[in-house]
Amino acid sequence: MSHLLQLITPALPEVFMAVAAMVLLLVGVFREKESTTLLTWLALAAMVVAGGLVIRSAPVTAFNGLFVVNGFTSYAKILMLVGAGLTSLLINSWAQREKTARNELPVLVMFATIGMMMMISANDLISLYVGLELQSLSLYVLAAYDRDNQRATEAGVKYFVLGALASGLLLYGSSLVYGFGGTTTFDGLATAVKAGPASLGLMIGVVFVIAGLAFKVSAVPFHMWTPDVYEGAPTPITAFFSVAPKIAGLCLFLRVLVGPFGNMIEQWQQVIIFISILSMGWGAVAALAQKNIKRLMAYSSIGHVGYALIGLVVGNEEGARGLLVYLLIYLFMNVGTFAVIMSMRVKGKNVEDISDLSGMAKNHPVMAAVLAALMFSMAGIPPLAGFLGKFYIFVAAVNAGFVWLAVVGLLASVISAVYYIRLIKIMYFDEPGTAFDAPDKLAGTLMVGCGVLMLVIFVLPSSLVDSAQAAARALFLG
Amino acid sequence: MIIASLAFYLFSIIGVIAALNVIFQRNPVHCVLWLILTFFNAAGLFVLLGAEFVAMILVVVYVGAVAVLFLFVVMMLDINVTIMREGFMKYLPMGALIGIILLVELAFVFGGWTMSPAAEGLRLAPAPDMADVNNTQALGNILYTNYVYLFQASGLVLLVAMVGAIVLTLRRRPGVRKQKISEQVARRAEDTLSVVQVEVGKGLQ
Repeated sequence: MSHLLQLITPALPEVFMAVAAMVLLLVGVFREKESTTLLTWLALAAMVVAGGLVIRSAPVTAFNGLFVVNGFTSYAKILMLVGAGLTSLLINSWAQREKTARNELPVLVMFATIGMMMMISANDLISLYVGLELQSLSLYVLAAYDRDNQRATEAGVKYFVLGALASGLLLYGSSLVYGFGGTTTFDGLATAVKAGPASLGLMIGVVFVIAGLAFKVSAVPFHMWTPDVYEGAPTPITAFFSVAPKIAGLCLFLRVLVGPFGNMIEQWQQVIIFISILSMGWGAVAALAQKNIKRLMAYSSIGHVGYALIGLVVGNEEGARGLLVYLLIYLFMNVGTFAVIMSMRVKGKNVEDISDLSGMAKNHPVMAAVLAALMFSMAGIPPLAGFLGKFYIFVAAVNAGFVWLAVVGLLASVISAVYYIRLIKIMYFDEPGTAFDAPDKLAGTLMVGCGVLMLVIFVLPSSLVDSAQAAARALFLG
Repeated sequence: MIIASLAFYLFSIIGVIAALNVIFQRNPVHCVLWLILTFFNAAGLFVLLGAEFVAMILVVVYVGAVAVLFLFVVMMLDINVTIMREGFMKYLPMGALIGIILLVELAFVFGGWTMSPAAEGLRLAPAPDMADVNNTQALGNILYTNYVYLFQASGLVLLVAMVGAIVLTLRRRPGVRKQKISEQVARRAEDTLSVVQVEVGKGLQ
């Protein structure tokens, strides 16, 4: 017994979450009647406990090198758990309102979360893939969860088919890497890459792995699924998609490229620069023409991934720190914005057009002020946190000699500011349209909380940046 | 040795015939039945190669689950193959052209194929030694020790697949009359029956 405990201790948060998810599944079955609210709170409690276990966990490599825990993975997991926890509350309040609640809903969110924790801690191409599949499968089901809604099922099918394609690319790349590198463990690959000039086959394999991962974080040119899935899936589930998997995916991206393939930086840097510029550019330009606010958020998140990838291009501790700070701020910006989008309801029906926001400042001054703050923050305008995120990324780029890349990023953020500020103009200067229903308590609290955080983070960034710095250092040590 | 080669030719010939029948049969249900026969013969070939684990998996997974699933799908979907085969001649030239190009490419690949001497050496001395353990045991030894993490994680993936399939397709229909045996047993005569004296010439109210 004690031997078993010793064996699973490194993965205790994951094991705890998995056991809790299965227990909740049983609770749901035995209670028979719909009790999603209870299960959501239990799931949230499990996530809090798992978060505590993550904080307490010591750096270690376990399960024959398949699984790793260090300061970086703990930081990323905490961030991801916060995102998953907040959005699961939103998901529950949506499900109650639309009468679509079923007991499996919080359990599926939990399974997706376990998959993401496993991705973040993966130290082998196989455990990377298994974690990714666990996450993706749960997300496909969640996208199509509102099964009587044609657009949601369409979103689910599109996500599933394209996601399977991406998994195929990733596996093909992994098999090439295994063939030419001789092993699938990250540590072994790092030694193999250090040993000599990288072979062509290994390089092709790495490019395929990058393509697969880029798909999962929806970076251009692998972004085609994003707008459709974001638009079709129920709003709070879209919020979940835009937060937790992005955090897990980008952290995994960072770990894969600077860990095993750190010595091939000259080769993969070009690819990531290309992806990053395209994402920033296309995210800014394509969003200009959008009429649906969820599609707009999809392009916005594509753009944000582009900025975050600059931190990956730099490929040093400062870049990793920038990426982590960026993800932290992105998390709260997105949760807040989606809480507002969820509250866009006229007489009990959801509306999603940007024009529906017209004159919101008159009807709902607080909500409009919060959305304005969040949009300014997304655009990266100074007295708000979004500026800091971009600042640390661009500083890292400039210090590493990528001045031109920082300039491209600045230009893209100027273009994207156009559509963020257009929303503010519609809210404040257009003729008032129909008033929305009063937002429910939870969404109201979340949006105001996130709006205030944008200011607080800007005033007091030092402790956040310090913790991100520590996490980034742990990544490059281990 | 002669028995082994006899078995090899038996399994191969039946396997090839069964595989051809999978393609040429008109009735899709017959196709699936031939497919099951093909699987069995392939499993026999694996046993001859000394790969008894793969043979078992082939029978358990492919025959037991996949083929039966196919059978269900084919029976339920009611596919009309003759309609699907319409236009076969129209697409034949294009399909044949692509097939030939693919064949030539494959010929090039195999023409330039060389076996690395190290790989040849590894093949001749498998680890662990097959004289000590059979391959089912060898696989089990590493699957439940070195790779237990992945084994459990794959279990979770399968659980999610099952939960997801149920979430997306199970519908509870209201108003379905189900037999509740406990209620039937608990029912007593005095709850449901009453004896009424009916006067002559009058009916029950």
